[in-house]
Amino acid sequence: MGQITTTSKPAKSAAKVRSDWAMYLKGNWDLYLMLAPAVILIAIFAYWPMYGVVMAFQNFNPISGITGSPWVGLMHFERFFATPTAMRIITNTVVLSVQTLIFTFPAPILLALMLHYCVSRRFARVVQTATYFPFFIATVVLVGMMHIFFSPSVGMVNHAIEALGGQRQVFMADSVWFRPLYVGSRVWQGTGFGAIIFIAALAGVDPGLYEAATIDGASKWKRILHIDLPCIMPTIVIMLILSLGSIMSVGFEQVFLMQNARNTAVSEIIATYVYSMGLLEGRFSFAAAVGLFNSVVNFALLIIVNQISRKVSETSLW
Amino acid sequence: MSAKKRFRFFSSDITFDAVNSVLLILVFLVVAYPLYYIVIASFSAPELVLNGRITLFPQGFQLDSYVRVFENPDILRGYWNSIMYTVVGTAINLLVTLPAAYAMSRSDLRGRTFFTLFFAFTMFFGGGLIPTFLVVQQLGLLNTFWVMVIPGALSVWNMLICRNFFQTNIPSELLEVSQMDGCTNRTFFIKVVLPLSKAIIAVMVLFYAVGHWNSFFNALIYLRDDALMPLQMVLRRLLVMAQPDPAMGADMMEDWVRMMMEVEMLRYALVVVASVPVLILYPFVQKHFVQGVMIGSIKG
Repeated sequence: MGQITTTSKPAKSAAKVRSDWAMYLKGNWDLYLMLAPAVILIAIFAYWPMYGVVMAFQNFNPISGITGSPWVGLMHFERFFATPTAMRIITNTVVLSVQTLIFTFPAPILLALMLHYCVSRRFARVVQTATYFPFFIATVVLVGMMHIFFSPSVGMVNHAIEALGGQRQVFMADSVWFRPLYVGSRVWQGTGFGAIIFIAALAGVDPGLYEAATIDGASKWKRILHIDLPCIMPTIVIMLILSLGSIMSVGFEQVFLMQNARNTAVSEIIATYVYSMGLLEGRFSFAAAVGLFNSVVNFALLIIVNQISRKVSETSLW
Repeated sequence: MSAKKRFRFFSSDITFDAVNSVLLILVFLVVAYPLYYIVIASFSAPELVLNGRITLFPQGFQLDSYVRVFENPDILRGYWNSIMYTVVGTAINLLVTLPAAYAMSRSDLRGRTFFTLFFAFTMFFGGGLIPTFLVVQQLGLLNTFWVMVIPGALSVWNMLICRNFFQTNIPSELLEVSQMDGCTNRTFFIKVVLPLSKAIIAVMVLFYAVGHWNSFFNALIYLRDDALMPLQMVLRRLLVMAQPDPAMGADMMEDWVRMMMEVEMLRYALVVVASVPVLILYPFVQKHFVQGVMIGSIKG
């Protein structure tokens, strides 16, 4: 891929340009050497699979490979959309991710504002340090902790519910509880870390604005509404574009770990479906087609959201 | 203007501060208590833990759970494997990321726009699980040590963070002066850039190392052999998969209960043991993570 630029760019004129390039490379070939491992890795592990995704339009079989497998057009896509599962897992994916977004997006902004207005700097620092920590907990450990706290027989939550006269719940094996638990644990794990960027944005607000506002008689609440939020709006918009763009890509790991026979009705999402169809059942082409559908929708969403945001707020990723 | 008027206090601000403080205390408890509970429960007598008697302090102090954790050959092997993946993986990550990021930070790099697009595009679009799996399979990496460290050797996001750091922290005059002395790009990178970039190297070590330590996806997809499994896969079996089935008959239940008591006892200690490496790094980590996130958020 690197060669394309080196040969296409100097195509403007003749030998002069070529010698100019030779001069440049003589002193700077080592820059390309430094770049090479990264370029090779990305070419192999990102672009080669992108080429490999044409298998979604084939009846791929591993022995004949991509060049030898028969083409079937959109058959796998049609098959996928013909199954009742398709609608269900698309809905599951969207619902889960919209619910997650609704709670995990505002939470860090709120926490940042709360910390910004905390009366004791030291306490703010303690809370901040404590709230980052869950971010470093492995997903496996997080789900393990959920099993501990929400266990039907020995979990603390159920002990508490029973003590208050309620009914014990089988939280981790109940489709009703799957989404609240997923969303709740995402908030628990990610809010502190997500707040970092907003805390920094708030720290950058011109103190003169607060002074002026205070003189004009603005309460803290008013200051949040009229100074803080407008000042950190560009950061909020960028973060929102990023999250909206990935609305169809719920993280595989945690859903997969929380999934069991009793909650698949809501916990089967596109990512887990691709995994089980492709790697457990060996339906490579079909699974690749479902995966491709997902990536294309994601990519399209990101572009649309970015365009809208560029028009509406003049903030965009590119 | 009198000082009194300048610093007016509003009654609504007093309510605001009170509500805010209470909420922050609640946030703190919701985050910190579960973590604290796991730690005290791991040192307490299992019967008391399982009956919900442990709330604020450990009771019936014991270290048996920890002894059992360290007697378990699967856990020990997983621990060792995870350490190897983390150390070797992070080393490879740095060898790939730092030089590439430096080259990309040079405004005189020809083809820079092309390379930026080449890297950035992969952040937003990918071939997906199955085609990637087949590539790894074709390369003969399936079920090898290397599959855990090679395919993810470069995180484009991390490389862009480093690039931003180099762009803002390495003055171009430094390069000009060195070039006049006949210094090549590679010696400049090794002798000048790296020593000036300790902060970002620390951030990268932490980003990558925590990622390796916590990851289980690659192991799930690419590894079959028990001998190669990282700690997270062992944990998955013990913490997540070993759950009593509420539909099980009463006769089977009894055996289950005994077995579950054993697993249950291990669980708390296991969570602690698995998180210890991160816990040790944490004070160091959190300062640098903040720095890393900030550098990364500067649009470049």
